[in-house]
Amino acid sequence: MADDLSAPKTTMPKTRMQVSEARPVRFRGGGFRPARRRWLGPLVFVVLIALAEWGTRSGWIGNLTLPRPSDVASTLWEMALSGRLWLHLAPSLTRLFVGATLGVSAGIAVGLLIGLFTYARAALVPLVAALFPIPKIALLPLFVIWFGIDEMSKYALIAFGTFTPTVVATYGAVDNVDRTLIRMGQSFGLSWHSIVRKIVLPGAMPGILSGLRISLAIAVILLVAAEMLGAEYGIGAFILEAGSLYDLERLFAGVTILSLLGVTISFALGLVEAKLLNWRS
Amino acid sequence: MELSLRNVSHAYGETQVLDDISLRVPAGQISCIVGPSGCGKSTLLRLIGGLERPTEGEILQLGNPPAGCLNPLTYVFQDFALLPWRTAEGNVRLVLEEHRLTYSEVKEITYDVLGRTSLLEFRDVLPKNLSGGMKQRVAIARALAVKPAVMLMDEPLSALDAQTRELLMEDLVRLWLRTPFTSVYVTHNLAEAVRLGHRVVVLSRRPGRIRETVDISLPLDQRDRGNPMLADIENHLWDIMRDEAAEADQELVHGG
Ligand SMILES: Nc1ncnc2c1ncn2[C@@H]1O[C@H](COP(=O)(O)OP(=O)(O)O)[C@@H](O)[C@H]1O
Ligand SMILES: [Mg+2]
Repeated sequence: MADDLSAPKTTMPKTRMQVSEARPVRFRGGGFRPARRRWLGPLVFVVLIALAEWGTRSGWIGNLTLPRPSDVASTLWEMALSGRLWLHLAPSLTRLFVGATLGVSAGIAVGLLIGLFTYARAALVPLVAALFPIPKIALLPLFVIWFGIDEMSKYALIAFGTFTPTVVATYGAVDNVDRTLIRMGQSFGLSWHSIVRKIVLPGAMPGILSGLRISLAIAVILLVAAEMLGAEYGIGAFILEAGSLYDLERLFAGVTILSLLGVTISFALGLVEAKLLNWRS
Repeated sequence: MELSLRNVSHAYGETQVLDDISLRVPAGQISCIVGPSGCGKSTLLRLIGGLERPTEGEILQLGNPPAGCLNPLTYVFQDFALLPWRTAEGNVRLVLEEHRLTYSEVKEITYDVLGRTSLLEFRDVLPKNLSGGMKQRVAIARALAVKPAVMLMDEPLSALDAQTRELLMEDLVRLWLRTPFTSVYVTHNLAEAVRLGHRVVVLSRRPGRIRETVDISLPLDQRDRGNPMLADIENHLWDIMRDEAAEADQELVHGG
């Protein structure tokens, strides 16, 4: 550095050349930009599970505190082989799918209405705000009276639970659609329908999808709760039964299934986002 | 088709934005509107395009739009207004899908306008991967696709850097020379106005009134950069605008 600075010897005034010492400019940028490290997430799981395995084997963790991960795994494996896994998983997945589909599609529809129409907004926003904080699980007895003890009440609970967050996410997303794009559509004489379908909906998609992440997590929680309160089969019923018998291995097997379900949903949503939102910079 | 504005005034609530504007937009010519920032240029363009109604006065279309015209009054926006989820070609198709055109007609028009704006090889590129200048060319291609009777351009080059602006100005001149179009071209850049305008309308600061209308007879293809005649006109325009701009700068911003 010092050499570079003093290179044009003839033109450089003497005082400049006597600059005390040269040092590199201190770097102050960087950070605030989490990058992707694909391996780190799985590694955290592996380390935690290995720790639990080692702890339970060495007796450092009592076997009433935590079941041995390898035992949980073999329980899961047995369940898979005997078909009991599917016996519980199938009804749960059906409930989740039917309930969430109903709730999310109704939520997007109502969210769009609120986002597009003055009167719908004025009429429905307070209602949604009143419904949002109700712990939906508290309404299960009511749903049982309305829809019967079996599947319908569970669908209704999950649908209702996913409905409100989807509404809020959707109309927020519609509000955030770039108005100049809508003006552009109008200026080219696009019909109202085309504007909604080709400009508003795609523009709101990022917000709707991130709302979907929250809605689906809520759906899993409500699913388990509903199954705990009254179901013969289902992950929730399975966990409840294992818990009441203090069968920690099966309890954790059930919890593991739920975690895997959560990870799968999140991964699938990630794929959908990558496909639908590839236009985002 | 020509446009005629008769005694157009506009106010937003208490704020008078435009005051008694009478103007004729002749066919086949580019009419530039210049004026200090906030004087109501964009508002005037929205009124002309039918996106807002003037509080007073009327805006008339004289004659019929040319045959094959799909959208007589067509905008080109300062911030491009491209759908980010559609490719260059998709953005052009957007405005054609609205009309009863056969598949091959849509294809033909799309390729024609993308070709005229030298975008054919970028037709499958999403806006996020296009430079500012290319984005605006896509927007111009989209506007050309509907064969407008009048192109309403609101500072179409203001979001671009100086070099790109220069290139796009040349593109616009070439497009006009190839097929003369009618345009109302709003800008605050006097150099753009004298390069592209067959006439330049100078607005005063808010409330915008017409201060002066300058006709420039020099053909577009002879207006090179640094042409002394254009420089004189530009200086003249600047003399008119200088005080207005200075005073507009001193005003407080109300509302927004
Ligand atoms: N929708 C609106 N509501 C209220 N005031 C507005 C609206 N649009 C523009 N204005 C006001 O009108 C004046 C002119 O705005 P605009 O036409 O955008 O000016 P320009 O394009 O010449 O810079 C500004 O003072 C602006 O604040
Ligand atoms: Mg403006």
